[in-house]
Amino acid sequence: MTSSQLLTDPPGTAAGGGDPLARLAALPLRSRSRILSRWVPAVVVGALAAAIGWAFVSAPAMNWPVVAEYLFSPRILAGVGTTLLFTVLTFALGLLLGIVLEVMRQSGNPVLRVIVDGYIWLFRGTPLLVQLVFWFNLALIFPVIGVRIPALGLTIGGSTNELVTPFLAALIGLVLHTAAYMAEVVRGGFLAVPPGQTDAAKAIGMTSLEAQRLIVIPQAVRVILPPLGNQFIDILKATAIVSVIGGGDLMTIAQQIYGQNYQVIAMLVVASLWYLALVTLATIGQHFLERGLDRSRRRVLKAEAGR
Amino acid sequence: MSAPGATDASAATAGARGSLALRGVRKSYHGTEILRGIDLDVAPGEVVCLIGPSGGGKSTLLRCINQLESLDGGVVAVDGELVGYTAHAGHLTEASDRETSRVRRNLGMVFQQFNLFGHLTAVQNVATGPVKVLGRRKAEAERRARELLASVGLAEHAGKYPSQLSGGQQQRVAIARALAMEPAILLFDEPTSALDPELVGEVLAVMKSLAAGGTTMVVVTHEMGFAREVADTVVFMEGGVVVEQGPPAQLFGAPRSPRTAAFLRRSGGEAHSGEAQDADSDAEAAIS
Ligand SMILES: Nc1ncnc2c1ncn2[C@@H]1O[C@H](COP(=O)(O)OP(=O)(O)OP(=O)(O)O)[C@@H](O)[C@H]1O
Ligand SMILES: [Mg+2]
Repeated sequence: MTSSQLLTDPPGTAAGGGDPLARLAALPLRSRSRILSRWVPAVVVGALAAAIGWAFVSAPAMNWPVVAEYLFSPRILAGVGTTLLFTVLTFALGLLLGIVLEVMRQSGNPVLRVIVDGYIWLFRGTPLLVQLVFWFNLALIFPVIGVRIPALGLTIGGSTNELVTPFLAALIGLVLHTAAYMAEVVRGGFLAVPPGQTDAAKAIGMTSLEAQRLIVIPQAVRVILPPLGNQFIDILKATAIVSVIGGGDLMTIAQQIYGQNYQVIAMLVVASLWYLALVTLATIGQHFLERGLDRSRRRVLKAEAGR
Repeated sequence: MSAPGATDASAATAGARGSLALRGVRKSYHGTEILRGIDLDVAPGEVVCLIGPSGGGKSTLLRCINQLESLDGGVVAVDGELVGYTAHAGHLTEASDRETSRVRRNLGMVFQQFNLFGHLTAVQNVATGPVKVLGRRKAEAERRARELLASVGLAEHAGKYPSQLSGGQQQRVAIARALAMEPAILLFDEPTSALDPELVGEVLAVMKSLAAGGTTMVVVTHEMGFAREVADTVVFMEGGVVVEQGPPAQLFGAPRSPRTAAFLRRSGGEAHSGEAQDADSDAEAAIS
């Protein structure tokens, strides 16, 4: 079809008269064929992905019966439980310490601020792996830890190796490292609330604390919830690293099992399936949380659009 | 407390309540003195307009009056009560946060950038002070908030969030929010200068009715027409001092200080709104 053909009067269109553009505008739209642009790449890439996937799935090393045998075995389930415990504790304690750090930094006390900046510099500037191994080997620096109260002739404490179990070393490492990042997330939330909000709150007679509690924090929380959700998922996956010091999590257990039965790949698949399931659940939870936050805003927008 | 209309409430604040006194107020930022000893007296029900060049310290003065900034010298008193400090045998001590916030309730403030609470609807913005600070019941406070919103012409916008309101509407909510605390004195910092020209009038109209209702007001403004029409006293500030003050007819008509005259001449060239223009042309006619 050429444009000159198009510009001839289609039957039955009396309107438009001498305006060829108006007659063009009245023609029905038909989309271009997408066989080449859409289907060919889809088939090629899909076939490649399927081939690679099948190569993995069908490899003898996968040993699916072993995967099925261990997926819900009590040891693996205990490992999943420990991973979840690490994740929740690290998230909660890390957030708490992060808030404390941020409050210290904003206190206006220059000494506190330098301490916080130094903390963040140290714990963000060294790899988590190194920090974990460091806490695990704390006994090399302090063979004994405790408190001595000379006045009472009392000593509370004991051998570092006994007190700092792999679980505790792993938790300390994860929390201290996470707190440095949490402080930054919390800071971002507070920075997002303009100082005029505090001014206005004080101007109606709120104390500084009331202004923070009733006006600033509710707005900061809205800002930091999405990054907090990402932090949770990052922590969930990062806990696998505690296996290097035998932290007892899912990955530790998977390693212990393949150390005995040599089913390395099958056990990694078991662990991966669990991580995928947990991350997927967390992502869904995050989605609903953010949607709940947005709902009030969207409800009003809808009401406005209907006016 | 349960007065039916906004104007009734503001009329009730007239009378003995609402006097403001400043003595030797000083403020520095990083070694630069922004306020160099300000004396000012505002009588109950009086409307004072503060005018002056940019950077002259007008906003700083308002923020010092309600202690959003601490003073480096001098005192501020509302109805004879010191703001931010307590006098003890022979010296002043900084008041506690709680004490300062209690005295601050007498001083409503309206900001250039509105500063409405972004997570609250208009009616919640207005009611939150009475509920959280004065301990009023929520239902009662919201009923009163709706009355106040109606009195500034926003009855049907009560449920909207600040982001869904125009600048002029936001500023009227901010005025209602300040009024809800039933302050003795209202402070305005250039309440119309962040607004599109066609929205200025609606805010000025609300302020005029407040002034007519007998509320004590201190208004920083570039709207010379408003100052001329509404002010009892116009104060010209420059370089951190009060250069001149007087009734609008005198200050605009026959300024005593050449610095005032020069400022009025300069701002006359910049005036845009209709009201500002007639005031300035009057002022210019008087100067020439
Ligand atoms: N928080 C602050 N820190 C440092 N300097 C400040 C601060 N606030 C104000 N200043 C300075 O104080 C001076 C006076 O500012 P102020 O805002 O009081 O002036 P203004 O008379 O309100 O001016 P405008 O008409 O532009 O609003 C300016 O030079 C400003 O830079
Ligand atoms: Mg200013």
